[in-house]
Amino acid sequence: MSINYSEKIPNNVNLSDDRRLQRALESWQPNYLKWWGALGPNDSSDYDVYLRTAVSVDPRGWAHFDYVKMPDYRWGIFLTPVDGERKINFGRHKGEAAWQEVPGEYRAELRRLIVTQGDTEPASVEQQRALGLTAPSLFDLRNLFQVNVEEGRHLWAMVYLLHGYFGRDGREEAEAMLERHSGDPDKPRILQAFNEETPDWLSFFMFTFFTDRDGKYQLASLAESGFDPLARSCRFMLTEEAHHMFVGESGVARVIKRACEIMTEHKTDDVRAHGGIELELLQKYLNFHFSVSVDLFGHELSTNAANFYTMGLKGRYQETKIDDNHLLTEYVYKVSEVQGDKIIQVDAPALTSINERLRDDYIADCQSGVNRWNKIIKKFGLDFELKIPHRSFHRGIGSFSTFQTTPEGKLITQAEWDTRHSEWLPTDEDRAYIQSLMKRVTEPGKMANWIAPPDRGINNQNPEFEYVRFN
Amino acid sequence: MSLQRQHLIDPAICIRCNTCEEMCPIDAITHNDLNYVVKFDVCESCLQCIATCPTGAIDSWRDVAKPWSIEEQMTWDDLPDDQQGDVGGEGIDGEVSSMLEKAEAGQAGQALAPFSAAQPSVNLFARGNPVIARVAGNFRITDTDTESDIRHVVLDLGSTSFPVLEGQCIGIISPGVDENGNPHHQRLYSISSPRDGERPNRNNLALTIKRVAETNLKGVGSNFMCDLKKGDEVQVTGPFGQTFLMPNHPEANIIMIATGTGAAPMRAMTMRRQRVHPHAPGKLVLYLGSRTPGDLPYFGPLQKLPRDFIDVNLCFSRLDGQPREYVQDRMQKDGEKLSKLLESDDTFVYICGLKGMEKGVDEAFAGICAAHGLDWPTLAAKMKETGRYHIETY
Repeated sequence: MSINYSEKIPNNVNLSDDRRLQRALESWQPNYLKWWGALGPNDSSDYDVYLRTAVSVDPRGWAHFDYVKMPDYRWGIFLTPVDGERKINFGRHKGEAAWQEVPGEYRAELRRLIVTQGDTEPASVEQQRALGLTAPSLFDLRNLFQVNVEEGRHLWAMVYLLHGYFGRDGREEAEAMLERHSGDPDKPRILQAFNEETPDWLSFFMFTFFTDRDGKYQLASLAESGFDPLARSCRFMLTEEAHHMFVGESGVARVIKRACEIMTEHKTDDVRAHGGIELELLQKYLNFHFSVSVDLFGHELSTNAANFYTMGLKGRYQETKIDDNHLLTEYVYKVSEVQGDKIIQVDAPALTSINERLRDDYIADCQSGVNRWNKIIKKFGLDFELKIPHRSFHRGIGSFSTFQTTPEGKLITQAEWDTRHSEWLPTDEDRAYIQSLMKRVTEPGKMANWIAPPDRGINNQNPEFEYVRFN
Repeated sequence: MSLQRQHLIDPAICIRCNTCEEMCPIDAITHNDLNYVVKFDVCESCLQCIATCPTGAIDSWRDVAKPWSIEEQMTWDDLPDDQQGDVGGEGIDGEVSSMLEKAEAGQAGQALAPFSAAQPSVNLFARGNPVIARVAGNFRITDTDTESDIRHVVLDLGSTSFPVLEGQCIGIISPGVDENGNPHHQRLYSISSPRDGERPNRNNLALTIKRVAETNLKGVGSNFMCDLKKGDEVQVTGPFGQTFLMPNHPEANIIMIATGTGAAPMRAMTMRRQRVHPHAPGKLVLYLGSRTPGDLPYFGPLQKLPRDFIDVNLCFSRLDGQPREYVQDRMQKDGEKLSKLLESDDTFVYICGLKGMEKGVDEAFAGICAAHGLDWPTLAAKMKETGRYHIETY
């Protein structure tokens, strides 16, 4: 049966005018749906979910909320509109018109950037597939599914670029996106952080706050790309990514609020005795998720990152708002490293410090979110403060990966780490406790005991709104 | 003190994702390390930021006597409460609201503004604290040899901020007292100029006023207005009206059906579209009825509008040697075109004029729908529910 893809796939790229591309996506789509059925959210294909579907890139296209069965979600291809005047804003091609086609000399590098970004999108869906069975409310279940379908759409965005601009090897890469699987020993996902299962909802909220925020910063850097179709894809993806940040920030905030409620109502520090999650344990989860997420920015000094920059493929966060020459050849940047028994800051070439600079932007953003969490605790009049660990803490990648430090950034021996890490990171017992709380709540408006209700409903719906119908 | 509606962002819910700032077409949103904030004097309430906000924090509004500055907003942890203020002398609201109620009665049920309409300011000035406006011009816009004396009156609001939107109306208080010694009732007039003024960025607005023969207490207001000379002062109240507003998004198709001075809001909407979206993808269709071309307000300027910008249909009921044609007759002839437009969720209908036209227009739509496989009662209900069908008649 021939499917009218120009209708089936909402798009603003004139898909129906490009028969070759249309056919390529035609052959990819069934595989995608098969993947979604096999590795997307567990047992969910029959649910009616109150989802926001992007049906166009203008603000109005965002207001489209309705019940959708997820396999029928209209995964579309949306790029922010072409700005005919757009230039390459950094690197050696600075000032030239942005590329509308892949520049031949950078083809391999560009493909690698797109594949690495694209691979994380289905990976996170796979990591989160079991969470629906233990959602603490219909509101949260709906938000999980919204995150999942949008990660799916982000995969579509990258696959469109591969199919549309990279010919046969692009098509092969698109297939491979569906063949690698999170945690698969033979064909794992490219980045290690995307091979761990998201085991519980606290991890999910932390993941969306910290790890999806890495995604936001990577997308923002790619949105500066001189390759215009990539820039425009990522620019639009960023608007969706904001919802994921919201799920993480508000999710953790509600867990904090519930802990504070228990502490003040019962005048106790023993939050677990009342079925909540104590702030100290939240700190441990925060330490874990922050540290694995800062790893995703890569090595402090990276010639790859420098090359991508010089080639004009991947910029800095808000590149055009930075007041410098956008070549970086003469500049230095402060980078932390271990010297003797201390961590100090040294001047490094700005060009090779691109990763570190993005990590700094990311850490500042995390810090302001954590500050907002702390305000909740303060409002309850409680004396506790969540802290972001030092960037050297619990690192697996970069110059700190061969050292151990405390969350404050004090260098310690391996022996001290071995005896003390359970003070700072969740233990098996901690994880088992969290797991014991994971029970599905399906009554509209009701919340699991360990989490407070949200301040506002999705699309201004009332608290009792039935966000998911199970049929 | 009068109150205004201020657009704010709830700092306790906002996650500082920057989406609103990115979306705002006129840079009305900014931020510091702590908060994202809306500049009161820049925001045009186009609402482009609302749907894109992942948290709903952006959809926050407060009544204020003095707008919060961005510096104040930038220090907040939580939103403040509404400010206290006076929205007008007692009983005055009742007077205006009962007039508005009558005008919007054809709507049957609560009317909704289009989703993309700007947020209107209402009730800023009441009988107790009217604005004194000065007449900047008063021109007859119908032929001198017709009975119908329709005037285009431009009022200058001086240094008073009086924010209006196309489709809103204002009140005029005629000076003096009636035969019982009571002040005259206010009269409401639709604004016929767009939000940025009859002339852009002058603080003025235009009205379209028909002289009514002064008999038995009627016509006091219209005769007062029609006789105004340049430089005269008038007492103005308002603005009023929260739903008969135009959609801001350029994809919107706007079908305007009017008779006589009902042309006023249609002129305002058309000018707005022409100023900001002259090549909008959405269509403008106007059906305007009068007895003769000489009776028709703005007949001359209407002829000059480009055909690819607006589809103008003038219908005359008293042309010598011609059968009488009313707006509903022309609509029936355009059934094919109108049915196509009605099928679009982007189509908005505005009806303004004498009460008598409502029925004819409704029947015309029903006939068109029946002939093209659409169910008018269902469609009309849906259009009303989604703020896409608006009636203002008198």
